[in-house]
Amino acid sequence: MRLSPDELVFWQYGFIKLNATIVYTWGLMLVMVVGSKIVTSKLSTDLKRSRWQNILEIIVMGILKQIEDVGLNRPQKYLGFLGTLFLFIAISNLSIIFPGYEPPTGSLSTTAALALCVFVAVPIFGIEEQGLGSYLKSYTEPTIIMLPFNIISEVSRTLALAIRLFGNIMSGSMIVGILLTITPFIFPIIMTALGLLIGMVQAYIFSILATVYITAATRTGKSRSETGE
Amino acid sequence: MLIDWFTVIAQVLNFLILVWLLKRFLYKPILNAIDAREKKVADELADADAKEAEAQKEKEEFRRKNEEFDQQHTALLSRAKDEAKAERQRLLEEVRKEASDLRSKQQEALRNDKQNLNQAISRRAQQEVFAIARKALQDLAGTSLEERTVDAFAQRLLELEGAEKEQVTSALGVSSSPVLVRTAFELPQAQRDLVKKTIKEMLGIEIQARFEIVPDLVSGIELTANGQKVAWSIADYLSSLEKSVDELLKEQPKSETKTEPELKSDGPESKTEPEAKTRPESTDESATEQGSETKQESDQEQGSETKQESENKIVNPELKPK
Repeated sequence: MRLSPDELVFWQYGFIKLNATIVYTWGLMLVMVVGSKIVTSKLSTDLKRSRWQNILEIIVMGILKQIEDVGLNRPQKYLGFLGTLFLFIAISNLSIIFPGYEPPTGSLSTTAALALCVFVAVPIFGIEEQGLGSYLKSYTEPTIIMLPFNIISEVSRTLALAIRLFGNIMSGSMIVGILLTITPFIFPIIMTALGLLIGMVQAYIFSILATVYITAATRTGKSRSETGE
Repeated sequence: MLIDWFTVIAQVLNFLILVWLLKRFLYKPILNAIDAREKKVADELADADAKEAEAQKEKEEFRRKNEEFDQQHTALLSRAKDEAKAERQRLLEEVRKEASDLRSKQQEALRNDKQNLNQAISRRAQQEVFAIARKALQDLAGTSLEERTVDAFAQRLLELEGAEKEQVTSALGVSSSPVLVRTAFELPQAQRDLVKKTIKEMLGIEIQARFEIVPDLVSGIELTANGQKVAWSIADYLSSLEKSVDELLKEQPKSETKTEPELKSDGPESKTEPEAKTRPESTDESATEQGSETKQESDQEQGSETKQESENKIVNPELKPK
């Protein structure tokens, strides 16, 4: 009984090892890149277009719309990071429909890596948008006393991101695995369906939280300058 | 330990690579395609708008042209109507003018006819009077009209007095050329001698006399010498007769038009009219008998028994001398 696909190691050479998480991630990456490459290689700019192009356009435009709705002014700029975050998590979670597959998001290493990316990306985008001084100053808002709390919240929310996603997906896999031993028919299917829903929701939550964090980092300075404080 | 740090690093790298790859192969092409399509749609919409505007413009122009055409049409129509009216007016005017011309011509012709008739009447009257006189003279006095004419002429010459006589004598005396004696008829030798004798008696000189026949003199004799003229002819009487006939003829339409107002107003205003009426009545009997129209006059003249008789009688004596 494995808690994480990390434990399934195919090849190891000292510190470097090739476990199931990395392999499945590469597989997902391959599928995503090749799929989008195939679809976008014959894009039509006409009014008539293929179904796959339609689907991709809907997805991309939906993501853009979401980012915009949250409050980012130039959604195209953040589309690469946030969109990939959502698509990777979503596809990784939805792929549990395939038997023998273990989602990489069920590994705390993967979720931690993604949360780490968000943790790094937020200050990068914030500084880029409003400058280093202004961004650092936002940690002292509303008073200097709040500085440690702000830093703690910054770390804790990253930790929460990683744990939340890992916990949900891992528990889903665990439930299905346990149920398979108790009630091999029908019930695991329902739980798998529930797992699909949970995976989708978690992908949405993860990416939307990342968006909110970035928005908060980029907008505080702006709103401050707008109000003239 | 659930976190394997190598895996974390590997996943971070994987994620970053995936971000770059998806940016390269998914987001950019899709966004570009969408932008291109949107641009295309916008272009097509703009094109449609432009076309619509153009169509609107063309429609407007067509409408304007139509209106212009209508205006021209109506203008042409009205002009044609005006022209037709003017032409009609002109033609009417022409016809009216022609009618008035014709009427005036007719009136002219009528006047001419009247004049001709007058002349004919006067000529006839002259002839008749002449014939009657000749006949009467021949029948009653036993002398020919010519003799009596010459006698009268001689008498007249002898009766000349004072300045008149002096003028004549001086004229006759001065003239070296022969005295011209014109008559309406052939003078017999006796008459010629009588004329010469009379002149000789009057002047005491023998003169050369040349005799000419001029029918226009109307049974008269005329002596011309050096601008002086002594004459006797029936033309005087005839002219007076002609005048009276003329007056009668003029009176005719007047009396016709004025009878009605006269009848209506029997006042003292119509005092002058009866006088005018009485004059022609007294001058000529035949005139009183005449009707309203000139043609009837001649008819009546011919119709009257006495005239016919005299005519018949006159014709014969006229022919005899000739």
